[in-house]
Amino acid sequence: MGAHVSLVLVSHSEKLAEGGRDLAAQMAPGVRIEVAGGLEDGSIGTSFDRISGAIEDAAGFSESDSDQELRDVVVICDLGSAILSTEAVLEFLPAELEGHVFMADAPFVEGTIAAAVEAHGGSDADTVLNAANATANTFVASHPPHAPHDAGSVDADGAITKTLKIKNALGLHARPAAVLARLIAGFDAKVTLNSVNGASVIEIMKLGLTGGQEVQVSATGAQASEAVTAVSDAINGGFGEL
Amino acid sequence: MTADVRWAQAWMRETAARIAQHKAELSELDREIGDGDHGENLNRGFTALVGKLDELTSEPTSVGEILKLAATTLMSTVGGASGPLYGTAFLRAAKATEKPELDSQDVVAAIEAALGGLILRGKAAVGEKTMIDAWTPALEAATAAHEAGKTPAEVLRAAADAAAQGAEATIPMKATKGRASYLGERSVGHKDPGAASTALILESAAQTVN
Repeated sequence: MGAHVSLVLVSHSEKLAEGGRDLAAQMAPGVRIEVAGGLEDGSIGTSFDRISGAIEDAAGFSESDSDQELRDVVVICDLGSAILSTEAVLEFLPAELEGHVFMADAPFVEGTIAAAVEAHGGSDADTVLNAANATANTFVASHPPHAPHDAGSVDADGAITKTLKIKNALGLHARPAAVLARLIAGFDAKVTLNSVNGASVIEIMKLGLTGGQEVQVSATGAQASEAVTAVSDAINGGFGEL
Repeated sequence: MTADVRWAQAWMRETAARIAQHKAELSELDREIGDGDHGENLNRGFTALVGKLDELTSEPTSVGEILKLAATTLMSTVGGASGPLYGTAFLRAAKATEKPELDSQDVVAAIEAALGGLILRGKAAVGEKTMIDAWTPALEAATAAHEAGKTPAEVLRAAADAAAQGAEATIPMKATKGRASYLGERSVGHKDPGAASTALILESAAQTVN
């Protein structure tokens, strides 16, 4: 168990790339994240050498044990020429890495977080890539949370539903959202929070739920009951922020 | 000097000198329709390349080696979009020139490979006010010169002249690619800085060969 997919963050800014890694590492500490930020001298820009080095490190290609299996790598870029540089790197990649490296088409911060959390759960490269790419519509207005109904009921379609009040003042911001998404991904159940996918850190963050607001947790599947209980405990526990 | 390994080094050094000389002008062109850093960016890249050429301990055995060194250096030091664009162009050209000396056909093949890389990476076509508008006529002129039985030096001269004309021809064009496209109609009336630097690069190639 553990992450099979590594990430590479490509940014014009060294600080932005490292900041992205710090942020993602807090939510998904088990994922290997390499950065390629700025030029060699620390100025703003993107560097072919830095990007190719980061990709090779992330894949485990440059490690001394040549028999070690290569990891798949998902690359997340910030702006135009970071994408151009990365495309150039991919074109001239060592043959051994062919088929191991994938470029996300996602906003930098949201894509990084979604990919990291997905990778942390042990998903394959396609799933990690999809998680990152699905954040492209992050800025499209999400539906307002609809009115929750009775707590702990079982719907006609067999879903277990519970309404909870958010305890911590900051609510379901990035870190708690990551905690919930990881927790939920661990159950054999399909869990929604206010009708959005509970296994998606970005979907949870988009709800924008803060302290005092209510959230409706709904689950179906073999471990639906356990999942709702776990989510309920986590939310009632206030994510260590009480 | 024939189109050999020594020429390739001289070409790159001449390009660095010309870029340094026209740095302000390139950035000025870029300021009119882009973000004003094309001259500084390319100057940083070619200055770094000259440093790497100075550090070479043994004579490279192929033109392609020099072009590959140019490609990887530019891609890691230019910073802006022109880094990966020229980097890809030079790297593609390097693959087409893995020999100690180029004949006319090799020169055409190198320009063709460079243009192919630019089209792939930049996703631009002729007439969109980009460096492709300098490289495309350069390839056409080089091909015609080669077919007319001209020497490598004459082929490079034909390419350089056509690139310079191609750069001038970008003035009335409206940009639809890159940052200049944000300006739309307002990009009309300015020479594209990428096409202008392409003209400098190919002029340097022609100047250093005979």
